[in-house]
Amino acid sequence: MAASDTAQTTEQERLILDSVARFLDRDVKPHVHALERDDIYPEEIVERMKELGLFGAVIRPEYGGLGLSCSTYAKIVERVSTVWMSLSGIFNSHLIMASAVQRFGTEAQRREFLPRFASGAMRGGLALTEPDCGTDLQAIRTVARREGDRYVIDGVKTWISNGIHGQCFALLVKTDPSIQPRHRGMSLFLAEKGPGFTVSRKLEKLGYKGIDSAELVFDNYVIPADRLIGGQEGRGLQHALGGLELGRINVAARGVGVSQAALNEAVSYSQLRKTFGKPICQHQAIQIKLADMATQVQAARLLVENAARAYDSGERCDMEAGMAKLFATEAAVNVSLESMRIHGGYGYSKEFTVERLYRDAPLLVIGEGTNELQRIIIARHLIERNPV
Amino acid sequence: MKILVPVKRVVDYNVKVRVKSDGSGIETAGVKMSMNPFDEIAVEEAVRLKEKGVATEIVAVSMGVTQCSETIRTALAMGADRGILVESDVELQPLAVAKLLKVIADKEQPKLIILGKQAIDDDMSATGQMLAAFLGWPQGTFASKVLIEGDKITVTREVDGGLETVELSLPAIVTTDLRLNEPRYASLPNIMKARKKPIENLKPADLGVDPAPRLTVLKVNEPPKRQAGKKVASVAELVDKLRNEAKVI
Ligand SMILES: Cc1cc2nc3c(=O)[nH]c(=O)nc-3n(C[C@H](O)[C@H](O)[C@H](O)COP(=O)(O)OP(=O)(O)OC[C@H]3O[C@@H](n4cnc5c(N)ncnc54)[C@H](O)[C@@H]3O)c2cc1C
Repeated sequence: MAASDTAQTTEQERLILDSVARFLDRDVKPHVHALERDDIYPEEIVERMKELGLFGAVIRPEYGGLGLSCSTYAKIVERVSTVWMSLSGIFNSHLIMASAVQRFGTEAQRREFLPRFASGAMRGGLALTEPDCGTDLQAIRTVARREGDRYVIDGVKTWISNGIHGQCFALLVKTDPSIQPRHRGMSLFLAEKGPGFTVSRKLEKLGYKGIDSAELVFDNYVIPADRLIGGQEGRGLQHALGGLELGRINVAARGVGVSQAALNEAVSYSQLRKTFGKPICQHQAIQIKLADMATQVQAARLLVENAARAYDSGERCDMEAGMAKLFATEAAVNVSLESMRIHGGYGYSKEFTVERLYRDAPLLVIGEGTNELQRIIIARHLIERNPV
Repeated sequence: MKILVPVKRVVDYNVKVRVKSDGSGIETAGVKMSMNPFDEIAVEEAVRLKEKGVATEIVAVSMGVTQCSETIRTALAMGADRGILVESDVELQPLAVAKLLKVIADKEQPKLIILGKQAIDDDMSATGQMLAAFLGWPQGTFASKVLIEGDKITVTREVDGGLETVELSLPAIVTTDLRLNEPRYASLPNIMKARKKPIENLKPADLGVDPAPRLTVLKVNEPPKRQAGKKVASVAELVDKLRNEAKVI
């Protein structure tokens, strides 16, 4: 039984990836260049993503989602990012918000929100970062004051993905700004847009275009107390960080997708471009690049699969997720640069895909915990797991 | 109305096929397999007929190795209701497939059988026609448009000179051409639901058919390599080369 279950799961995964590939070929590829050039939010593609079911990928079936494993989900993210990384952002941070509700929310919150998240009717993301802090989240200054059966929230969040087009955000605040240790005063709310919750501006970026990154302002924003995820104050940081394992595997999978795309471009260009009488793929200097790039892409993919497997088995996987995130995103930066160099002058041209990949990749080493932070996490777990 | 849709598992249309070094066939190890694109069009047409309320049930049939169940599952995810897998390790050629389908059609009694006009692997374009002969049903092949009214089906056919419209009485056979429709890709929720739809497993012997091949492939060759193009400096040189080298004018 177990064996045929696995066979069914792999068959199902193939069918899923096949549909995703067709969606990308038919509904995404022809439009990426124009949408990215003009930084336009891909509304029609988002409609197709809703129909395809991507917004419910890891939400459990009893709440209207697909209940996919992290392994399958990571492969979807990789495929999508091979074509356009920005699209993965539209459902990735949405699903991290949803996972927070699924894992830590009350049953009433799950029943109220998850079906709408799963269909994509209500979309959103994660609002943690503030103008003065990102890595050091315990230093946030957004505050929620309790007043009877509601809270009043004041503060500013920045760099929030889906900030303009999303309707609901997992919002990290201080419910007690003075308590020590600081995390005991932190709480995570499910904040829907409404009076007192405004978007102050859209941020202009180097890459990762199309998806909106925004600054959100909370000014006397009133929220019912039952929107506190899990219903208990002081658990916010734990809830926010709890979602980051999935988030890191997510971002790592994007790294694999971007580097695979850069490799693909290099492999085909190097066979077409000739110098000194032969295709450049026959020059040893280019061969060495191609070999290193391909090896990095494959190693990154295996690290992501490894972390996703650990996540699916329910083990703690901060170290595995951290390693995958670190390696795969550095690979994206490196491989996209190498691919650009293989393209020569054309690599610097806006008419070639590799130029976009090169601009998209650096976000990955920053978002979802910078790679400096990943190294700190990996080292900490390394020591913890191996005491002398 | 019940519709039967045979679907074939073939090398994916995106794969650049390579001939085996001994010329006995093409390399299939580790190669991506998918549903024959013309069969996807057939499934799509059946699903549209069901969505319009014309069809009530769609049965997808595939024949060949065990993995053909995946091709059936794809059809189920697109909207077919149940599947029949005829498992055989012997290579199934159009004649055997048509015979097997005849027995299945006798049992299932569909009003309409929609097939791809050909499979992209062997390009035989024979199964639908043979099946029509075995069943004694009318056939509308290479369909670019299908319209069902009562017991009649009007099929617009793509023929060499243009379009030909034929009217057939049901039950009938239709084979699909490229322009009939643009097949959907299955949504992820429908892929999950397809997991619960039934697939019946049969062997050729259960249907009383001997599937042994009647044709032998002698040799498979790569098409000749394309020669690199030539650049010419002037129109005069072009005309000269066309006349004296290519000998086309
Ligand atoms: C396009 C984009 C989208 C984003 N989307 C979201 C979103 O949806 N939601 C959200 O909440 N945030 C989002 N972010 C914010 C992102 O998560 C933060 O930028 C990131 O966590 C880093 O925080 P910071 O910018 O404040 O950098 P800082 O924390 O100020 O770090 C500056 C530098 O110091 C290093 N550093 C910090 N602490 C240490 C330490 N202890 N030891 C060694 N080095 C250290 C960092 O690695 C970095 O190199 C997004 C950012 C971008 C660019």
